[in-house]
Amino acid sequence: MNIKNLLKVALKALNNNKMRCFLTMLGVIIGVGAVIAMLAIGQGSKNSIKAQISEMGSNMIMIFPGAENRGGVRQSSDDMQTLKPSDYEAIVNQATTVKNITPTVSSSGQWIYGNNNYPSQLQGVNSEFLEIRQRKVSSGEMFTEDDVKRAAKVAVIGKTLVDNLFPDGTDPVGKVVRFGSIPMTIIGVLDEKGYNTMGQDQDNIALAPYTTVMKRVLATDYLQGIQASAIDEEETQRTIAEITDILRTQHKLRDSDVDNFTIRSMQELAEMISSTSSMMTVLLAAVAGISLLVGGIGIMNIMIVSVTERTREIGLRMSIGARGNDIMMQFLIEAVIISVTGGILGILLGAFTTWMIRVIAHWPVVIEASSVVLSFVVCTAIGIIFGFYPAAKASNLDPIEAIRYE
Amino acid sequence: MPKEIIRIEKLKRYFKVGDETVKALRGVSFTVYEGEFVTIMGTSGSGKSTLLNTLGCLDTPTSGEYFLDGINVSGMGKNERAKIRNRKIGFIFQNYNLLPKTTALENVELPLLYNSAISAKERTAMAEKCLKEVGLGDRLFHRSNQMSGGQQQRVAIARALVNNPAIILADEATGNLDTRTSFSILTLFQKLYREGKTLIFVTHNPEIAMYSSRNILLKDGRIVNDEYNADIKSAQEVYDNLPVDND
Repeated sequence: MNIKNLLKVALKALNNNKMRCFLTMLGVIIGVGAVIAMLAIGQGSKNSIKAQISEMGSNMIMIFPGAENRGGVRQSSDDMQTLKPSDYEAIVNQATTVKNITPTVSSSGQWIYGNNNYPSQLQGVNSEFLEIRQRKVSSGEMFTEDDVKRAAKVAVIGKTLVDNLFPDGTDPVGKVVRFGSIPMTIIGVLDEKGYNTMGQDQDNIALAPYTTVMKRVLATDYLQGIQASAIDEEETQRTIAEITDILRTQHKLRDSDVDNFTIRSMQELAEMISSTSSMMTVLLAAVAGISLLVGGIGIMNIMIVSVTERTREIGLRMSIGARGNDIMMQFLIEAVIISVTGGILGILLGAFTTWMIRVIAHWPVVIEASSVVLSFVVCTAIGIIFGFYPAAKASNLDPIEAIRYE
Repeated sequence: MPKEIIRIEKLKRYFKVGDETVKALRGVSFTVYEGEFVTIMGTSGSGKSTLLNTLGCLDTPTSGEYFLDGINVSGMGKNERAKIRNRKIGFIFQNYNLLPKTTALENVELPLLYNSAISAKERTAMAEKCLKEVGLGDRLFHRSNQMSGGQQQRVAIARALVNNPAIILADEATGNLDTRTSFSILTLFQKLYREGKTLIFVTHNPEIAMYSSRNILLKDGRIVNDEYNADIKSAQEVYDNLPVDND
């Protein structure tokens, strides 16, 4: 029998049992729908994390003082004081794959302007900080290298600080505010960025030359960290190796000594976060996959019932010339039609569910073409695998007995 | 000399049931020529079902030779026999065995579906012709569950004719029908006989023998009587003389 006739026969048989066929299909529909929706949720959250992180600069490298902190052991203050401005200068002078670099020091304190005050932080950086963090000054201007050299009492602040210190809408540029007891001149306002993935307000920020913070605020000779960006996102690992070498030389560490500083790349952070979300995705999809498997078992069950019910029909078909193969194909195609139709409807259900999640819960969900293709292929495979046993059973019937089956 | 359609020689069929061997056929030989209407009779247990299965290429003999339309089919494999059944044999069953919820036309087309040499167009044309031949030209699109027993059996006969088989095998074809309908079906068989078709009618009803051209009597797996019927009675006449049911 050719494929066109086989399809016709299979469709007719399914049509004779619409309700049963639909209920069997429902198992597959729900299974596929769940897989699609779960993958969409997983992929969506992964994508949004990645987007946020690359917004923060995916080629970013952070250097902290002290060895890698393991097992919650509190580090001595000596360990925390290993990064010096000379280390920063050494990297600037020697590293070849570093694009931008800034020392960081920060201090918490109260910002005060007139009657208004707001608790926040002051970060000491250089002007390259903007480049690394992909921020811009929206009004006024950034402080210069000269300001850094002079340890000038100037600051650039974010939107949250502006709103709290100047609630009446005064232009903050040029105003003198106090950070604790230190008067600082606002020379610029940063662009608005909102909250990041970790829920931090990226606009609650104030930048001043790191020299100013070190000398005038903290009175320290040590840096709290160095942030840098690699020339090329792909080369981040090489940049990390380069910086490690420079710092080890600077700190006069012997080969047997462990690093007394820690280098982290944004990529590592991104991988850490997205590996968690990947794991969740796999877990969710696995649970959804189980329901798809149950759908497949449903197909097998109903096909076995169908073969038994239609034993006489099978006997008749065989006695008028159907080969075992013809019978096998007939039932296999029925199973595949159920699973594939179920799969297509399931994809639609999944797309609809995803759309609902986006509209109602405002989750960032993304249906990837690969997950649609995957569920379609899995569905077809399920139809063939679970349809095979009943179809083989049908094709092995003895026509003499089958035709007289009551 | 007319053409040999069926020639069986010393056909034996033994079944193993547990430790015992059941000898259903113990050496049966006969030849059926083209245009014969043969009834094979016997009580249950006489081996007539086994003989029918063997003649229909559904079963293979334990020993002996079977030539159908000149082809030796006794040693054929499953798929080859399926093809022989499709091309050379038309089956008619006691309980019609039509596909449920399927039109007369589709039922008759069924054997041709398993013959890839025949196009969809030819298939419909051939099925239509056969349905007209059995007197159902006006019921092509009636579904099997909308038809009476007699009509269903006519569809089944059309289905047996559609592949233009060498032999038509009927298994108690009137067994499920009332007397009147039985005679109308027998009339149809006699019409096919007059047209030169070769028919074998397996039954336990001795009455049928009067309407066929040859009668083979089977007992305990052997032929006990094989005679030609010189005086074939007309089923049409009997049918016409039956009182019409007016209740």
